Amino acid sequence: MLDNYLFPDVKGKFGIYGGKYVPETLISALIELESVYNVLKNDCEFISEYNLLQKEYNGRPTPLTFAERLTSYYGKAKIYLKREDLCHTGAHKLNNAIGQILLAKRLGKKRIIAETGAGQHGVAVATVCAKFGLQCIVYMGETDIERQKMNVFRMKLLGAEVRPVSSGSKTLKDATNEAIRDWVTNVEDTYYIIGSVVGPHPYPLIVRDFQSIIGIETKEQIMAAENKLPDYILACVGGGSNSIGIFYPFINDENVSLIGIEAAGFGIDTEKHCATLTLGEPGIFQGMNSYLLQDDNGNITEVYSISAGLDYPGVGPEHSHLKDTGRVKYFYVSDDEALKGVRLLTSLEGILPALESAHAVAYLEKMMPSTNKDEIVIVNISGRGDKDLSTIISRINGEIK
Amino acid sequence: MSYIKSYIENLNKNNKKALSVFLTSGFPDKENFISIAKNILDAGADMLELGIPFSDPLADGPVIQASSKIALDNGVNINTVLSYAESLAKYTNKPIILMGYANPIKKYGVKNFLNDAGSLGIKGLIVPDVPLEEYDSFFENMNGNLDIILLTTPTSSNERIKSIDNTSKGFVYCVSVTGITGIKNNFDSDSIKNLERSYSIIEKNKMLIGFGISKPENVKEFIPYCDGVIVGSRIIKSFFDKDKLPDTLQIVSKLNEACRF
Repeated sequence: MLDNYLFPDVKGKFGIYGGKYVPETLISALIELESVYNVLKNDCEFISEYNLLQKEYNGRPTPLTFAERLTSYYGKAKIYLKREDLCHTGAHKLNNAIGQILLAKRLGKKRIIAETGAGQHGVAVATVCAKFGLQCIVYMGETDIERQKMNVFRMKLLGAEVRPVSSGSKTLKDATNEAIRDWVTNVEDTYYIIGSVVGPHPYPLIVRDFQSIIGIETKEQIMAAENKLPDYILACVGGGSNSIGIFYPFINDENVSLIGIEAAGFGIDTEKHCATLTLGEPGIFQGMNSYLLQDDNGNITEVYSISAGLDYPGVGPEHSHLKDTGRVKYFYVSDDEALKGVRLLTSLEGILPALESAHAVAYLEKMMPSTNKDEIVIVNISGRGDKDLSTIISRINGEIK
Repeated sequence: MSYIKSYIENLNKNNKKALSVFLTSGFPDKENFISIAKNILDAGADMLELGIPFSDPLADGPVIQASSKIALDNGVNINTVLSYAESLAKYTNKPIILMGYANPIKKYGVKNFLNDAGSLGIKGLIVPDVPLEEYDSFFENMNGNLDIILLTTPTSSNERIKSIDNTSKGFVYCVSVTGITGIKNNFDSDSIKNLERSYSIIEKNKMLIGFGISKPENVKEFIPYCDGVIVGSRIIKSFFDKDKLPDTLQIVSKLNEACRF
């Protein structure tokens, strides 16, 4: 049924989603990027450079860890964890930054810009810019700068300029607007490293391809460990790059259930959430047609999650397509449930997940009772939780004796 | 022929380039907007572009962003804009055009929007985040009374400018610089060369230059390479600076004078 999954199409569409909804100024840059990428993705030299960096700089392959005590805790299906938390810089974000910095080099661009929410993508971009000696400017909302001080300092230490964004809600979406405005102005010499599978074509394709290394490794590793494919794969979804990265290589494997978990914040019956696929509707935002949290007049609504990396009112267009076709099922988990997920994984496995990844972990609570002992569940641990300790302390300190 | 095109052509025949003024609808305030817009028309604007405020205006610089935010905080939405445009279209024969980002229009319903706007006497629509590539999927070959106006930029190839000229109706909006809206002090020789290039390629449509224009000197400089100019941020900024309508009207009237040749 899914043997012919060939998205995006030549127009950059995943079904009706995706596209290039950007000002005319950027079209020539997007066309150039697309044509260069289409050549390089089959270029042996480019691929080996990418693979070498993934191995020797990023520390790949990341392990697939059998979660023995977590498995016993539920007493149902076997649970494995894909360990993107062990990537250099602490999350899957570097997989993409490595790929795109190589593209920027091939395009001859000397100036790199990026947007960041929690700071993980900003850190990943600042890291590869330091490694390759390129100028790096990271746009970050003032609200995020305030709540992610460590990452701001870290980016500066890496030599990046962090430009505060004071427009709108002063978070990720506004940082993205500002990065796009910079790109429109400096398109001749600037490469924009988008951090997720969002934005205009070909970015959702490029970021998916660079993140697919997660799923490709997972498939090999689970075959080696169990000699069969998993029954379920769980991943959190904000913009959706870690989830597409692990899902995509399994998309034609119909018997593997793919499950994306959105952030419900204080609950989907409140205004404080960012469950875009659960509660949004299709719209046009930041270059793409995709599900979107918007008001009755088509303005983008302010969103919330305890996890800054999921705090985005849009979602990658491929997820919108996968939702509509039913290939991926999307559910949601609240702040409180995610915090329980943090404690569960940390205390049973000695792995402190990022708050983002904890949303996927927390869904086990809902899902595991209906699984069987002969089944296999894989959870993508997209990042480590060190960056979140101050948030976690402020929310659960009183509960820890 | 398109109403907008023939209107510009008539001005040109009388040795006048068209002066199109962009206003963020409902800015600086909701109640006085119509009267301000009428004054601006009377002071010498040949056309009005009414901006539909949007939460995330990514082609706009700080001035128009700030005005959009105030308009949204004033409770302006797409229906308010349509009602302003309707009143203004009744007041004047000068073309009233709307400029808005894709999402509020999509949310309203593209087909309904084109029909409603057309029936209210609005003549044209500019959607800066719907380029040629998305024209068909966004507008779905709907033919309303509205001219859909496309933009060219310094990064558009000659071939692209031709395609844009073929698809655009009313006029082609030639963006003067690679960048967002906002006031520029001067335009370098590359910008001028690019305007000359675009003007020589565009045959089917009239061409208006926008982005960065703030002074009569800019207009004088552009006269050989266009059929009109669009001024936005300079006018909007005047409300932030002094909030005195006479100053704004004086800017409009000086720009109007500069359009004569």
